[in-house]
Amino acid sequence: MTGDTILETFALEKRFGGVRAIADVDFRLQTGELRCLIGPNGAGKSTFFKMITGQHRPTGGRVMFDGTDITAAPAYRIGRLGIGIKNQVPDVFDGLSTAENLWLAARFARRGPRARETVAAVVERLALAPILDAPVGELAHGQRQWVEIAMVIAREPKLILLDEPSAGMSLDETNRTAALIREVNRTTTMIVVEHDMQFIRQIATKVTVFHQGRILVEDSVDRVMSDPMVRDIYLGKQAAA
Amino acid sequence: MAGRPLGLGPAASPPKWWWWLFVVLLGAGLLAMPSLVDISVQLDVSIMLILALLALSMSFLWGYVGILSFGQTAFFGLGGYTYAVLALNLGETTGSMLAALVLPMLFAAVLGYFMIYGRISDIYLSVMTLVVTLILEKGIRATSGDQFVIGTVRLNGQNGIPSVPSLQIPWGGGAELFIDGVFYLAAVLLILVYVGLRLLLLTHFGRVLVSIRENERRTELLGYDSRRYKLAAFVIAGAIAGLSGALYAVWGNFVAPEMFNLSQAAQVIIWVIVGGKSTLIGPIAGTALIQYLTTWLGTQGVGQVTLVLGVVLMVFVLVFNQGLLPTVGLILAGLRNRMRAGTGR
Repeated sequence: MTGDTILETFALEKRFGGVRAIADVDFRLQTGELRCLIGPNGAGKSTFFKMITGQHRPTGGRVMFDGTDITAAPAYRIGRLGIGIKNQVPDVFDGLSTAENLWLAARFARRGPRARETVAAVVERLALAPILDAPVGELAHGQRQWVEIAMVIAREPKLILLDEPSAGMSLDETNRTAALIREVNRTTTMIVVEHDMQFIRQIATKVTVFHQGRILVEDSVDRVMSDPMVRDIYLGKQAAA
Repeated sequence: MAGRPLGLGPAASPPKWWWWLFVVLLGAGLLAMPSLVDISVQLDVSIMLILALLALSMSFLWGYVGILSFGQTAFFGLGGYTYAVLALNLGETTGSMLAALVLPMLFAAVLGYFMIYGRISDIYLSVMTLVVTLILEKGIRATSGDQFVIGTVRLNGQNGIPSVPSLQIPWGGGAELFIDGVFYLAAVLLILVYVGLRLLLLTHFGRVLVSIRENERRTELLGYDSRRYKLAAFVIAGAIAGLSGALYAVWGNFVAPEMFNLSQAAQVIIWVIVGGKSTLIGPIAGTALIQYLTTWLGTQGVGQVTLVLGVVLMVFVLVFNQGLLPTVGLILAGLRNRMRAGTGR
């Protein structure tokens, strides 16, 4: 399944008033890849994700997904074409139970009993059974992240975007998330935004570094982490440790 | 989860046996009523049932989809006027009744399309619906002249249209529904709409509506075009409000611009807030309670009915902001938990 380009952006740009949050981003992702995006706060990673998923309209450039131009497509159409996203801040149905959250995601792709089967499979995979009936708004931050990841998986997209999946998680939860991401990546292309270098080392092969709205470097994990420029702007002492 | 009210769980859970029992008992009680009470009580309860439909149309939108439509009275008045004008013109009432459903639906579809597909924010949607109902009120008030005639019916401006025909029984050879007949009709329709909405919320469509209330962006990211769902809900609510308005015209044999006005629109909000918008039965109870209170206060010579109602509303907003029935549900759930804790010892 690897080889074809699934997602590509050309000179992508986003202005907020006079600020260019994203500028001249040419990004390319192969089918089957697991890419990590890193960069300091405000580098434009989340904005980049939001433009790919129709939450922000690009002010310039183009986005191609799986042979379709999705630059100006509304969020629901991009969702239908097969991009699933976990936003940075947990973006779930707080007043509804975990089960209902998952069902709403699964039901879009599959009908009736098959939607319930998908939910059951995801629940099993992410060990969500104990919190199935709880309103998601009452769960801990880490659990809500998991519910959102589970929703994205239940929707069975072709491309999954995860914005800081391990934020607010314990070490154990983080390790489980890394294992889950590797497992999901066997069947699905993924892009993950993260800050946690340990975590990135666990999952990534190729890393794209954003800085001030542009792509700074794109290379293997090891080379990115030893790149003096990257260390200078972002990693600092963290990578040296 | 200790705070979850008894019997007011997530809408997506299918109703329990006791809910069906409740519906059957409610229905039986209502249908037995006309033979037990005199005509004035029948009239009072009929109007409660009819206005409860209006409250349902609003609480369905507000409580379950998250759309605060301030102007359900626009569809209410439109339904009433449609029935009045057509029934007077045609001398036939079944078709007029259906038209009084269809016209508000069409109007809701057009109005809703521009508001929802234009993606105006929730607060502006509330304001626009209110403005629309007020424009309709002013418009109708301005039709006193002889030139404002539809068919053979004069619109009569602020005097309203009198002697609106009673509903005839279809294929009944022109036999008309009397007071008890209107009572039965209103009771049956209210229960049908109530059960219908409850079941609608169990379907895929209904569950997506609730998800829009919770987080519209997430609904869209999953691939649902939320605008289609919201528009459909808006049209359904318009139909229910139109039905309510047509029944109102049948009940009083009269329609007037007051059906559209601000105090009528505000009343609907009061019914829904007092009853509790997180349930469907709440607004029905709220309507009955406030209507009863209004009538009762009127006979007590207090003279300040509006003032008292205002205080009631403030108490509910400040103290019982969940509304009457959800609050009662919470208290019952608390008692049950305490009893369980007691027996468990």
